[in-house]
Amino acid sequence: MKEKHVKRVDLIFEKTGCREIMEKIMKMKPDDICQAVLDSDLKGRGGAGFPTGLKWRFTFQEKEPVKYIVCNADEGEPGTFKDREILDQVPGKVFCGMAIAARAVGAKTGYVYLRGEYKFLIPKLNAQLEEFNTLMDEFNLNFRIKIRLGSGAYICGEESALFESIEGKRGEPRNKPPYPTTAGLFGKPTSINNVETLVYAVMIIKYGAAHFKELGTKDSRGSKVFSVSGDTPKAGIYELELGMSVNEFVEEFGDGDTKAVQVGGASGFCVPRKKFGETIIGFEGVPTGGSMKLFNSTRSMYNVLHNYLDFFTEESCGQCTPCRVGCQQLLKGVEAVKRGDKNSKYLDELVKLAKTMKRASKCGLGQSVGNAFGSIVENFKEEIIY
Amino acid sequence: MVNLSINGMLVKVPEGTTILAAAKQQNFRIPTLCNHDDLCVAGNCRVCVVEQLGAKSLLAACATPVSEGMQILTNSLKVRAARKHVIELLLSEHNADCTKCYKNGKCELQNLSNEFCVGDHLLLDLIDLKNYTIDRFSPSIQKDDSKCIRCQRCVRTCEQLQGVNALTVAYKGDKQKISTFEGLSMSEVICTNCGQCINRCPTGALVERTYLDEVWDSILDPEKHVVVQTAPAVRIGLGEELGLQPGERVTGKMVAALKRLGFDSVLDTDFSADLTIMEEGTELLTRLKKALVDKDPDVALPMTTSCSPGWVKFIEHTFPEYLPNVSTCKSPQQMFGALAKTYYAQVRKLDPKNVVSVSIMPCTAKKYEANRPEMRSSGFKDVDYVLTTRELARMIKQAGVDFNKLKEDKYDSIMGESTGAAVIFGATGGVMEAALRTAYEIVTGREVPFENLNITPVRGMEGIRFASVKIEDCKKEWNFLNGVELKCAVAHGLVNARELMNGVKSGEIQVHFIEVMACPGGCLGGGGQPIPTNEEIRRKRTEAIYAEDMSMEIRKSHENPEIIAIYKEFLGEPLGHKSHELLHTHYTTRVRY
Repeated sequence: MKEKHVKRVDLIFEKTGCREIMEKIMKMKPDDICQAVLDSDLKGRGGAGFPTGLKWRFTFQEKEPVKYIVCNADEGEPGTFKDREILDQVPGKVFCGMAIAARAVGAKTGYVYLRGEYKFLIPKLNAQLEEFNTLMDEFNLNFRIKIRLGSGAYICGEESALFESIEGKRGEPRNKPPYPTTAGLFGKPTSINNVETLVYAVMIIKYGAAHFKELGTKDSRGSKVFSVSGDTPKAGIYELELGMSVNEFVEEFGDGDTKAVQVGGASGFCVPRKKFGETIIGFEGVPTGGSMKLFNSTRSMYNVLHNYLDFFTEESCGQCTPCRVGCQQLLKGVEAVKRGDKNSKYLDELVKLAKTMKRASKCGLGQSVGNAFGSIVENFKEEIIY
Repeated sequence: MVNLSINGMLVKVPEGTTILAAAKQQNFRIPTLCNHDDLCVAGNCRVCVVEQLGAKSLLAACATPVSEGMQILTNSLKVRAARKHVIELLLSEHNADCTKCYKNGKCELQNLSNEFCVGDHLLLDLIDLKNYTIDRFSPSIQKDDSKCIRCQRCVRTCEQLQGVNALTVAYKGDKQKISTFEGLSMSEVICTNCGQCINRCPTGALVERTYLDEVWDSILDPEKHVVVQTAPAVRIGLGEELGLQPGERVTGKMVAALKRLGFDSVLDTDFSADLTIMEEGTELLTRLKKALVDKDPDVALPMTTSCSPGWVKFIEHTFPEYLPNVSTCKSPQQMFGALAKTYYAQVRKLDPKNVVSVSIMPCTAKKYEANRPEMRSSGFKDVDYVLTTRELARMIKQAGVDFNKLKEDKYDSIMGESTGAAVIFGATGGVMEAALRTAYEIVTGREVPFENLNITPVRGMEGIRFASVKIEDCKKEWNFLNGVELKCAVAHGLVNARELMNGVKSGEIQVHFIEVMACPGGCLGGGGQPIPTNEEIRRKRTEAIYAEDMSMEIRKSHENPEIIAIYKEFLGEPLGHKSHELLHTHYTTRVRY
């Protein structure tokens, strides 16, 4: 295996004033902004990886006079803590990203939906917002940002549940279509972007799409902020070039005894040691919203799986059958297998059930429970049974 | 138009059509649970998932509009596997005591489980019955969470059709449930007892509180004289529950069946509906006189009807400042009850304490109404037991009566005579129409100026309707009404009632008389009527109601000979002393939140 170290990048936390960006933006037409972001191949950093430029263009093309920009700061994926750091270190860049998006799509109002546990950030954000508003006035822009606080439900990170929550309703995902770009917040065309995505948009405007594209691979351009945790001597937040293999990642961050890496949190995939080399971290391999959790040989993968299932059982919104009941069945099912109440073949039934959950659930939550379940059961079957 | 294929067959449907509707056009029925014609799309049960060729996920047919070139499979391997899983999952958290369940044989989950042969029982049983108790506190509605499949039909019904929001979704994940405010019992929360949730619950989670055994005990008690009254809408609904098509009129058969069940006297709520018209019509004219002649600034206008107990409780909760506007007339059921143990007992020489009065109603709120403390003006509980149309059908089955072969029979007397005006109480707008037929004639001495007495402007399915009648050439004593344009408004469904009352409150709507029925379509769509319900079914029942009206010899309340007789022999005159004692009531301000 060829030796290659992970490459650190410093774009997200690089100090950048909003004024210089706004000066550039004011000279661009909305569609040029969409095009610039489209040219960069920037994909959403929340994990789903939808091309950001395309999202903006779809929203821009809607005829509706009222449109919204929403910054999804409901960072709830277990093992993800990078948005918190971004909002803490460079809040102005986040607002600046929203201003770019607003100009691109034609929105006059933006919302930051902040995770409830990040309440402590509010004074800082408000102070920054005052500065931002003054800047907007300088440029004769009437774009304003409102901050809304979540109440602790994981599901509210799902875009349509997030809209419901802002609207004052119970946070439950909506049926799609219509998609947010057509009918999002308050039924209006809405572009909803992750905190990190918005900051990358700032850097793309600053340095150009070509500069951004120099990093990464064909499918995963640029860099990404990772939240590294678990059995590692170097837990923390790192901005790294995309395209590395899990092996390269483990070389850098592992404790020498890594047996598995959970890429993408509870809704992501578990990569076992034997697949470290072949697995690329990115949209061509295993995508991640930032969560990278390392497990060494002292960890029971049954416990890891149990923990995730417990989490989903509680955090499912409960409206759709496959997710609400499926999560409970998976959880009780692995318990029954562990206890010996069900034989090991029952795991195959559960894998089939997880497939149904993936296909038939209403939103991304239920659809992704099978990721961790499938990959842990497949790769660590003995640990689940014995 | 959008072109797509469903199971290989090409279909062309208008844009915006759901996959479910497009498939139906091709005679493919896709099973559903959370979907209901009367409600907005939820897409949460996932029973209706279908495969779109090339797509990773399955689509909810009820919630997904068609798109050009779509290739849909409604019965592929993936679909079958997912659908069976979904049904199994629902059953795994469901208290499947089917043979003992009130909804046995009428449960949509049971039907699906049967259809998909979910018998292998692969999944774990998740429900722990220790954690559930059945809420039997309400006299109208019984709620059993262990039977609930979280389809949220009840929640949507209560919000979208009634605007009451007694039921809501609480908690999340495995703890998610359909709850009342703070989990209080159905009797403690703001609930109008309309029972529309029952009509739309696919399982046995929401059912009426049943009083079948109590009624049987009374019938079979030789000491008791059991009288039964039947509401107008029962005669056009009952057939559905006994295998007939919606809209079949079974008045005569129903009377024959009731006699076979052993009721001592089979009487008609229509009689007291006519009585209501006499009292309420006079009350309206009296109020108008106070306003126009006496210039009394305190007279409460517009006057609203009071027949619908769901509406009465709704206005007590939400617009208590308008309680003086509500007619003081009891509902026909309660007028009948008060007379059964006074007038009827007197004429039939019975000791009122031995008279048991039972009513058959299309309604669950009537069960609550009968239990109101003010409904004891005969000195006894005026109406002892209220059964729904559905419960009556069950009694008929229990007694082994072959309903469809019965010969038609006639109501007993006294208090069994009916008119077309009384029958139409069962449809939205009916009370208004009946009142106008009588009031106009009292005032002018002429019939209402509508062809065949059919006041069509007040009929129909629109949520709120307006009509007006110009009053001219009055009789001398009603001269003050000369030239007055009597303005009326009709609303059905409480969400419409609220809108109407808000209009009255803001002054945007200025009328003299308002009819409100709590249930969509009026009583014929009541919470005690056969399940299922949808607009098509309600339309057929409506047609039946008006056909019944046309078939009646007498079609105006004041011409009912038994009504003329009761005023002569017992009551004296409308709004007289005895009427006040027995036929009128008062209302209570209730909490708003």
